[in-house]
Amino acid sequence: MSMKPTDISDPEYFHKVVDCQWACPAHTPVPEYIRLIAAGKYTDAYMLNWESNVFPGVLGRTCDRPCEPACRRVRVEDEPVAICRLKRVAADYKDDVSKLIPKPPKKTNGKKIALLGAGPVSLAVARDLLPLGYECTAYERDPVPGGLMRTNIPSFRLPAEVLDEECNQIINMGLKVEYNHEVNSFKEFLKLDHDAVFIGTGAPKGKDLNIPGRQEASKNIHIGIDFLASVAFEHVSKIGKKVIVLGGGNTAMDCCRTAVRLGGKEVGVYVRSPKVDMKASDWEVEEAEMENIPIYENHVPKEFIIKDGKLCGMLFEKVTAEYSNGKRKLIPTGEPLVEVECDDVLMAIGQDNAFEWMEKDLGIEFGEWDMPVVDKKTMQSTLPKVFFGGDAAWGPENIITAVAHAHQAAISIDLFCNGKDLNERPEPHVFLESSKMGLHEWSYDNGYDEVERLSVPHADLKESLKNRKLEVELGYDDEMAFQEASRCLNCDVQTVFEENRCIECDACVDVCPEDCINFVQNDEEDKLRASLRVPALNLEEDIYVSDVLPTSRVMVKDEDLCLHCGLCAERCPTGAWDMQKFFYMGAQSKDGCSG
Amino acid sequence: MSYIKKPSAKHPRLPKNRLGLTRRDYEGALSTLCAGCGHDSVSSAIIEACFNLSIPAHKLAKLSGIGCSSKTPTYFLNKSHGFNSVHGRMPSVATGANLANRDLFYLGVSGDGDTASIGLGQFCHIIRRRLNMLYVVDNNGTYGLTKGQFSATNDKESKSKKGEDNLFESIDLAALAIQLGAGFVARSFSGDKEQLVPLMTAALKYKGFSFIDVISPCVTFNNHIQSTKSYQYFREHNEALGFLDVIPDKEEIKIQYDEGTTTEVEIHDGSKMILRKLDNNHNPYDKSNALSVLNGHQSDGSVVTGLIYLDKNEMDLHDTINTNHKPLNILSEKELCPGSSGLDFVNKNFS
Ligand SMILES: Cc1cc2nc3c(=O)[nH]c(=O)nc-3n(C[C@H](O)[C@H](O)[C@H](O)COP(=O)(O)OP(=O)(O)OC[C@H]3O[C@@H](n4cnc5c(N)ncnc54)[C@H](O)[C@@H]3O)c2cc1C
Ligand SMILES: Cc1ncc(C[n+]2csc(CCOP(=O)(O)OP(=O)(O)O)c2C)c(N)n1
Ligand code: SF4
Ligand code: SF4
Ligand code: SF4
Ligand SMILES: [Mg+2]
Repeated sequence: MSMKPTDISDPEYFHKVVDCQWACPAHTPVPEYIRLIAAGKYTDAYMLNWESNVFPGVLGRTCDRPCEPACRRVRVEDEPVAICRLKRVAADYKDDVSKLIPKPPKKTNGKKIALLGAGPVSLAVARDLLPLGYECTAYERDPVPGGLMRTNIPSFRLPAEVLDEECNQIINMGLKVEYNHEVNSFKEFLKLDHDAVFIGTGAPKGKDLNIPGRQEASKNIHIGIDFLASVAFEHVSKIGKKVIVLGGGNTAMDCCRTAVRLGGKEVGVYVRSPKVDMKASDWEVEEAEMENIPIYENHVPKEFIIKDGKLCGMLFEKVTAEYSNGKRKLIPTGEPLVEVECDDVLMAIGQDNAFEWMEKDLGIEFGEWDMPVVDKKTMQSTLPKVFFGGDAAWGPENIITAVAHAHQAAISIDLFCNGKDLNERPEPHVFLESSKMGLHEWSYDNGYDEVERLSVPHADLKESLKNRKLEVELGYDDEMAFQEASRCLNCDVQTVFEENRCIECDACVDVCPEDCINFVQNDEEDKLRASLRVPALNLEEDIYVSDVLPTSRVMVKDEDLCLHCGLCAERCPTGAWDMQKFFYMGAQSKDGCSG
Repeated sequence: MSYIKKPSAKHPRLPKNRLGLTRRDYEGALSTLCAGCGHDSVSSAIIEACFNLSIPAHKLAKLSGIGCSSKTPTYFLNKSHGFNSVHGRMPSVATGANLANRDLFYLGVSGDGDTASIGLGQFCHIIRRRLNMLYVVDNNGTYGLTKGQFSATNDKESKSKKGEDNLFESIDLAALAIQLGAGFVARSFSGDKEQLVPLMTAALKYKGFSFIDVISPCVTFNNHIQSTKSYQYFREHNEALGFLDVIPDKEEIKIQYDEGTTTEVEIHDGSKMILRKLDNNHNPYDKSNALSVLNGHQSDGSVVTGLIYLDKNEMDLHDTINTNHKPLNILSEKELCPGSSGLDFVNKNFS
């Protein structure tokens, strides 16, 4: 079966071509804001981000950046555009945005929404619902807003002022927050009779490790996330000289770097697995290594050593990893156990959800691992007026995922409060318009910049290690930002083909630097992919297939490596190719029934 | 034409040839011709053929006259030798270069104006001499560079873009080449690389004078509805005589051919040309048959393409005049200066 012509009227086709935006859980229009940054329009860039991801200043420093590994530039030349750090530029250099933040209507719609927790997910739900007139109240255990962004992400990565600014933007929109209000019984809470309840309580329980010595040494063994929270709240300000950090994720990286700043002299991270399998993001590992913190791989913790009733070290078993059928097994090497001296241990080996406070007879169904059953699309639980999101929904994720959940939950809450079907969801905003300005002029910079990715300057290492509140990364200045922005390939400026104009002259085929364009006989997808000038082997990327042309062939474009340079459109004598700017903004509750 | 530089980035899985080069390594500057000009596709076919043959850049010389077509050598093989000569005079320069260094590939690119008008005399003589080269004409039936006058290959029934009649008979350069002794004569179309690239590959290998007349539409001045050199006219009137496959020396023949449909010719360097014929009345090894096939089709308005004539007896100018095997330009003083005893011997003949 030959392939059908590609349906470019389906917004998801071109959306997928914008690799970064497609990979971003909140579908931030990345190339659009990068162009605004290149033009020095930092405020506009900030507001565009704010609209889709709510916390641009926070995310520009801390995002897990799923967009970067997806960036087309990785496939073209290895290093992605520094998408995340460009977002920070917009936040750092913007003007006062308070006037640009939408104000809630004078009169509310009378519907009361409860948000449990005031972490990123609850704040983002409130951000979406307040302008529609909902009365939102957050119930938060801690005395401050922000959730783990406040209590766990260290200030040397995320200064408090940046977080305060973005939490306050939402609170100032009219969000009521009841601080120091821990919900201990959901049954009681439901009696407050809200129109809808959103659960954004996170995954607040750090995992423990029950090996010999755990009880006896408990005074010097700390659960990583609790330790970080205690530091944030200034309950803890020092640590022993020798510190062992257990775990290979981002929490372990934050723990070891914090320990060094609290006076740890010999801080080491011990990971069960080989280093390549560590869960931590590469850049987090790099930062720890830049601070000269050693990471020991293939060390499985076996025992806490106690001397005179006090922790004095740990025993580790050395292992090697064997992989078969995609599964990993850690096999002991048989070497004698390794003894490591220590004064304190920080345990950063994972987080669990904790719903002890939620009675099991309220109509909220719990499934595997005692997790609530939540609809993937609507975020609704089996008790219709109760919605979940963020780490509370399916376990620990990250801020941008929490934001994406929040948009969906807000849409659902709005539909629910209006008695509408939650499955009839608003459509995304989409436009497609030609970027042609003249014979060889486009409304974007189509030249290919060969420059390499710029690294972000860092504060002086000695100073950083003395002060846990000193931000390590200094951010790009405006010139660096411009240079880095110019690396963006503008993947949202789409190559649009109009077959009835094409005279099959081959000019586009000849000029395309990446050999994307082909005129071939149609066939079934795998055969068609194999028949191209350079076979289209990256199945993650679509091929764009035209209708039949006069010579009975079809045009097939492999989207994989297109540079969006527009040379095809410049070379086409008939305008069969055009470069069209595609704008996509995911739907939010303001696009729904109340909007 | 385009204003941005062609990006240096290239597909990481581009095939490499025996020299480890990709076809991008055979490119030149980004073309300044009109967008959609057939000539750019011809350049692209040249790039492909040179890549296929793994020609080292310094082993090829590009020669041309004047015209849009003659500008194209700037747009390919930017590391090769090149001489952009005067209007219609490319053959003289090619002859001189070839005599001085017989070891290079010579690739001449000319236009129908450059060849069939001002350069017709030079063209005739270079064919007669069977200079070892590939002579390509980017044939658009017009003087593109000087804004669209009729050229001598423009068909009598064709009209100009503004509707004026062409009053004169056209010259069929392929027929002329066959008559005057070219060894390899083909016609093809800029928009059909499947046919054009193997023809160029074979023609570059062939020893002797190879000529390819490439119909190459001028999108600006001669691609209108009353033109016989437009993309559309060509597609509607193309009559392919056959397909050519080139199998390099020592390589196995992988394609399965139906019995009786192909003929095979081995050329001087050991590689094979396999011709799949489509027209049973055509015998490419017979001069008068080839000419009559050309004539026959010309009268019915169709354009025959493919390999039209091949002289299996490869012979070039150096063979005819029996020159030294070593290129003249590298002969040293020792080989060139006869010494005093030699000189005495010569002088004696005059005493
Ligand atoms: C050490 C560490 C570093 C991290 N670094 C990053 C990073 O760099 N980038 C990134 O994207 N993500 C990071 N994360 C993950 C990220 O912080 C979380 O995924 C995100 O904060 C989840 O948001 P949330 O709103 O769902 O939950 P949380 O942020 O956990 O917020 C939940 C809130 O609910 C409150 N709460 C809990 N139970 C109750 C209750 N019963 N009653 C009232 N209030 C309650 C809590 O006090 C808290 O304020 C990190 C996580 C950790 C542990
Ligand atoms: C001696 C001389 N006479 C005339 C010209 C003007 N002239 C320049 S190009 C050209 C014709 C080119 O036609 P063609 O070879 O078909 O090239 P095209 O531009 O069509 O590819 C002429 C007459 C010239 N440059 N030199
Ligand atoms: S924009 Fe056109 S010419 Fe440029 S890489 Fe993409 S398909 Fe090729
Ligand atoms: S350049 Fe334009 S007309 Fe020519 S083949 Fe490409 S799309 Fe068709
Ligand atoms: S004028 Fe005609 S021949 Fe010259 S570049 Fe333009 S299209 Fe090509
Ligand atoms: Mg011409």
